[in-house]
Amino acid sequence: MTRVLIITGYGLNCEAESAHAWRTAGANPALLHLNDLIADPSAMSRHQILMFIGGFSFGDHMTSGHVFAHRVAHHLRDELASFIDAGNLVLGICNGFQIMTKLGLLPAMDGQSFSQDIALMQNDCGTFRNQWVRLRFEPDSPCVFTRGLSFMDLPIRHGEGKVHVKDKALLDRMEEANCIPCRYADPATGDPARTFPQNPNGSIHAIAGVCDPTGRVFGMMPHPEAYLFREQHPQWDFGPVDGPDGSAIFRNAVEHFA
Amino acid sequence: MATRIEIGPKNNVRDPRGRHAASAARTFLQLPVTDCRTRDVYKVDILLTRKDAEMIRKAFTDPVTSRSALGRLKAPADFDWIVEIGFKPGVTDNVGRTAQSIAADLLDRRLNPDECVYTCIQYFFKGENLTREQVETITWDVLANRLIQTAQIHTRDEWEDAPEDDSVPVFRDNEDVEVRTYHLGGRDEDLMRISREGILSLSLAEMHAIRDYFRRPDILERRASLKLPEDPTDVELECIAQTWSEHCKHKIFAADVRYRDGEGNEETIRSLYKTYIQAATRSVAEKVDWLVSVFTDNAGVIRFNDRYNLVYKVETHNSPSALDPYGGAMTGIVGVNRDPMGTGIGSELLFNSWGYCLGSPFFDGHLPEGLMHPRRIRDGVHQGVIDGGNQSGIPWVRGFEKFDDRFIGKPLVFCGTLGRMPREINGKPSHEKEIRPGDLIMMAGGRIGKDGIHGATFSSEELRQESPAQAVQIGDPITQRKLYEFLMEARDLGLYRTLTDNGAGGLSSSIGEMCRMSGGAVLDLDKAPLKYPGLQPWEIFLSEAQERMSIAVAPDKREAFLALAARRDVEACDIGTFTDSGNLVLRYGGKACGCIDLEFLHDGCPRMTIEAEWTPPSPPPPTPRPSGALTGDVLKLLASLDVCSREDKSRCYDAEVKGLSVVKPFVGRESDIPSDATVCRIDYTSDEGVVISEGINPYYSDLDTYWMTASVLDEAVRRIISAGGKPGTIAGLDNFCWPDPVASDKTPDGAYKMAQLVRSNKALYDFCTAYGVPLISGKDSMKNDSTRGGRKISIPPTLLFSAIGKIDDVAKAVTMPFKRAGDDILVIGETSAELGASAYVRMRAFDQGTPEAIGGDVPRVDAETALRIYTALYDAIQNGRIRSSHTPTLGGLAVGFTLAALGGNLGAEINLGAIPTRGRMKADEVLFAESNSRFIVTCDPGNTADVLARFDGLPIAVVGRVVEEPKLTVGSQAVRLRLDRARKAFRETLRSVS
Repeated sequence: MTRVLIITGYGLNCEAESAHAWRTAGANPALLHLNDLIADPSAMSRHQILMFIGGFSFGDHMTSGHVFAHRVAHHLRDELASFIDAGNLVLGICNGFQIMTKLGLLPAMDGQSFSQDIALMQNDCGTFRNQWVRLRFEPDSPCVFTRGLSFMDLPIRHGEGKVHVKDKALLDRMEEANCIPCRYADPATGDPARTFPQNPNGSIHAIAGVCDPTGRVFGMMPHPEAYLFREQHPQWDFGPVDGPDGSAIFRNAVEHFA
Repeated sequence: MATRIEIGPKNNVRDPRGRHAASAARTFLQLPVTDCRTRDVYKVDILLTRKDAEMIRKAFTDPVTSRSALGRLKAPADFDWIVEIGFKPGVTDNVGRTAQSIAADLLDRRLNPDECVYTCIQYFFKGENLTREQVETITWDVLANRLIQTAQIHTRDEWEDAPEDDSVPVFRDNEDVEVRTYHLGGRDEDLMRISREGILSLSLAEMHAIRDYFRRPDILERRASLKLPEDPTDVELECIAQTWSEHCKHKIFAADVRYRDGEGNEETIRSLYKTYIQAATRSVAEKVDWLVSVFTDNAGVIRFNDRYNLVYKVETHNSPSALDPYGGAMTGIVGVNRDPMGTGIGSELLFNSWGYCLGSPFFDGHLPEGLMHPRRIRDGVHQGVIDGGNQSGIPWVRGFEKFDDRFIGKPLVFCGTLGRMPREINGKPSHEKEIRPGDLIMMAGGRIGKDGIHGATFSSEELRQESPAQAVQIGDPITQRKLYEFLMEARDLGLYRTLTDNGAGGLSSSIGEMCRMSGGAVLDLDKAPLKYPGLQPWEIFLSEAQERMSIAVAPDKREAFLALAARRDVEACDIGTFTDSGNLVLRYGGKACGCIDLEFLHDGCPRMTIEAEWTPPSPPPPTPRPSGALTGDVLKLLASLDVCSREDKSRCYDAEVKGLSVVKPFVGRESDIPSDATVCRIDYTSDEGVVISEGINPYYSDLDTYWMTASVLDEAVRRIISAGGKPGTIAGLDNFCWPDPVASDKTPDGAYKMAQLVRSNKALYDFCTAYGVPLISGKDSMKNDSTRGGRKISIPPTLLFSAIGKIDDVAKAVTMPFKRAGDDILVIGETSAELGASAYVRMRAFDQGTPEAIGGDVPRVDAETALRIYTALYDAIQNGRIRSSHTPTLGGLAVGFTLAALGGNLGAEINLGAIPTRGRMKADEVLFAESNSRFIVTCDPGNTADVLARFDGLPIAVVGRVVEEPKLTVGSQAVRLRLDRARKAFRETLRSVS
């Protein structure tokens, strides 16, 4: 069974539903407190998928994900690099995605160098926001997690989700390499969403998620682990709902090792 | 000397905090601010080499969006004023604390307690002709709160000339530790002076009881043996005062009440709590088998299924929120989290609820000196609960806002938390608490500072000008989250016996309560970890510093408990021992500084006698409305503060973390209409769900609190029924918020307010027993008055009735939006001309310039009919006959039809004459009456006959049908309303203050 390591602690808080998502997808998730992982970093190598979950690590103080990423980089950098080199998968959701960008794991266009190139800034609306969005996926992306998907409804729950890319050249490279596997979409047209609230944070190119060029390292702001039951969709009460639920993303990861 | 680090956004990066400040100055203060840029300042009070300082600067900075400097960062090119805002000494600085952990990582060592990081925010304002006075106004009306923060305001020139500020806010008053004694042998005036000057809030009778206790020969003998002075020490007097405070002892609910009902009858009620609340639950307990633990613990416990119990508690945090809305409300939510956390042997936290009663955010009347504008209170309260809830990873499930300008003196801030416990943990029932003599007293979580001292006694006082700043605490959700995760882990490993939270009264309250289980305790106050030196023993004992739990640990588990705490980065230490001596003994430096007999502490408070006299008020009704179209009235009600959308603020709260939501707080095709009740799973492996709702209506209190209470109870229950919840599974929580009901010079109408309280309690008993709804938990807050600026403002008596029920299969839950064109619309329940204090009548009274003319019949409840309706509707829903169900509340059927239509993006055609009414009623009465126990449901026309048959003998009628055209039509000309207009009216009102 595919073994998934979920790091917990310091205000991360989506461990229960994330573990359930992996179980639903047929994997075997383990929860491990960051301090226990730091005490025994070799635990990482006993897993095939590493997940940085959502939450408010360190209260999002000093910008979201900043302090948690700092601690991971300080203590676990080498283990993380070899884990990725070994062909394993890394997934980050929401705060986990923010942590991964701070670590420089994404987009890592020139390989994993642990230097930060993109940032997740405060939403244009100026506040934390919880709403559902329509996502569209890019069929040509190397992203392992989004393989075969075309669209999906998911909730967002963040205050800092606006993707800011260091410079235009990097953004162009990310687009060229199809490292932007998912975007906020206008449900009426399916096109990338330009305006609030379909694009809930003002993200450039409507970016909702980013992968590295290998497609094995992926982070996104919306929460697939928050849509595992039909009744979680906000319009489930109107009858059958179109599109897959969030478990498809976890199943893709598990199938990668099948 | 601290190292100063300044961090600001790069020039091409937006500065949302600056924009927000500029826009608030322009919009709310009409001041000519054209631009504002901001900076974060960190003052690192750690001795650093230049190299270490540089390394820390780099680690604090996001290289993509920000730039930074040691010392001053180059100022923005163009600005006129700079304001730097920091915290006062001793105020919780959460960001600073987080920054410390980066510094510790980088330096690869633990920091000493006096090595800290302090934060400030700089605002660079640009604005032509902006005066110092105006910048001060911006500072104190928008950016900062004098109670907790400091501000330095400089012009550009002043700032450029000023030296770089490397000062840090630390307490310098290192007083010697001193235990004082109080001489209680003097005259009554002297006793009252001691009570008043010490903010003890003790009455003369109570002071007498304390004096007499300390004269008892057995007490004198015991004190001599401990080398304690004969007179009480400050530790003892403070402990007794806080244990006996209204906040903790509920003296008004425990009092003898002489009640005269206005019709010549008089009765004496011995304790409202025992006579009505406890008695109601006792009576219901004979009929239901799912009550597990009520009245005894921090929160009520009920059985949910074979595996889990549920725990629910709702608290208020009114006084602190009036002083510091953000910190006060945040402490409200993280504080109530600790109630389930400290229930039994500890509950997991599943859901939060919130609700606020506030002055209008558009208030433009005269605001008494010293009160904050209701808009600012609203913003701060929301943000505090948003941050507290979101950062704790607990989703909100219910929220409400009620507006009335009588809440400008004291806002009501309700915060609730629902928890889940496995019924058994390690083979033992999880709800049972046990402590044995010899168990260790542990404290875990945050450190103790002067925060919140006298919070318990202060909240029992009305809000006065000199209300103590120390009464304000700021929550730290991340410290609490760490504590929570650690405790759940320790619980499952069996590392402790039981626990309780430190809330009002701090250790004096938690240990005072816990030691009743073993029969005594010895506490070494000097062992408790402090945030800074200089706290007196009594301050340590009473501090309400947040994020702390008190835990009883068996001696053989001590090492394992402390080791796990260390691994989880949670501070824990052992501060004493539980005993069976019958006394609570306090020591400092090995020397006794207090000893209180437990029996006296808990049962020695003399009981009050309170007068209550009911005189039914009879305000006039507004002048009758001339007949004619009512479309305008419907639109106006939709836009009113009673009805309008609360979505904008609500979207800032996380509703979906944990992945258990089924019916969310907002429903509909556009997810923008409030649901009647919220439905959630409680774990991933079962389709059973919990249904959560509330009822609150302070307006009806102006007519009769008896029917106000019946109405809010019915509202909470029928909301659960409307969503598909099961009758017979519903439990309630009562939260009373009252103006001071004890007659005195300041409160000449006390007997009337007390009578209102009596009547509310009578209704609570009558309808809880009639409905079979037990009260599993509750709280009261009895001094919600303000006398600032020489003006007394009292809140209207307010009862929040929160309810939870069960649904066996969440997939059968029903929501309120219309689902399909062609469906029949039915109204269930009778509409009476009950318009007194309704949203419609209050609106008309206000428009006529006679806002007090809200008279009329207050909605009543016919429990027997209501119960039959609820059972029939439950069966119809279970059998899949109901496509949508909505229970109308404020604004009556007219608003109910409109919201259900908006939710479905579908129109409706309603035949006004078909609506079941009591007698002949005018169109506006039918449409706007707020009669209880009613539903608007839709069903497939093929099922209509079946539904009607299920309600045989009950008031029900087909009143219309759902149509494709997005338009609501009622009667031939009563209402003609396009949904886009309705939606706009509903959504717009609060948008400008969101």
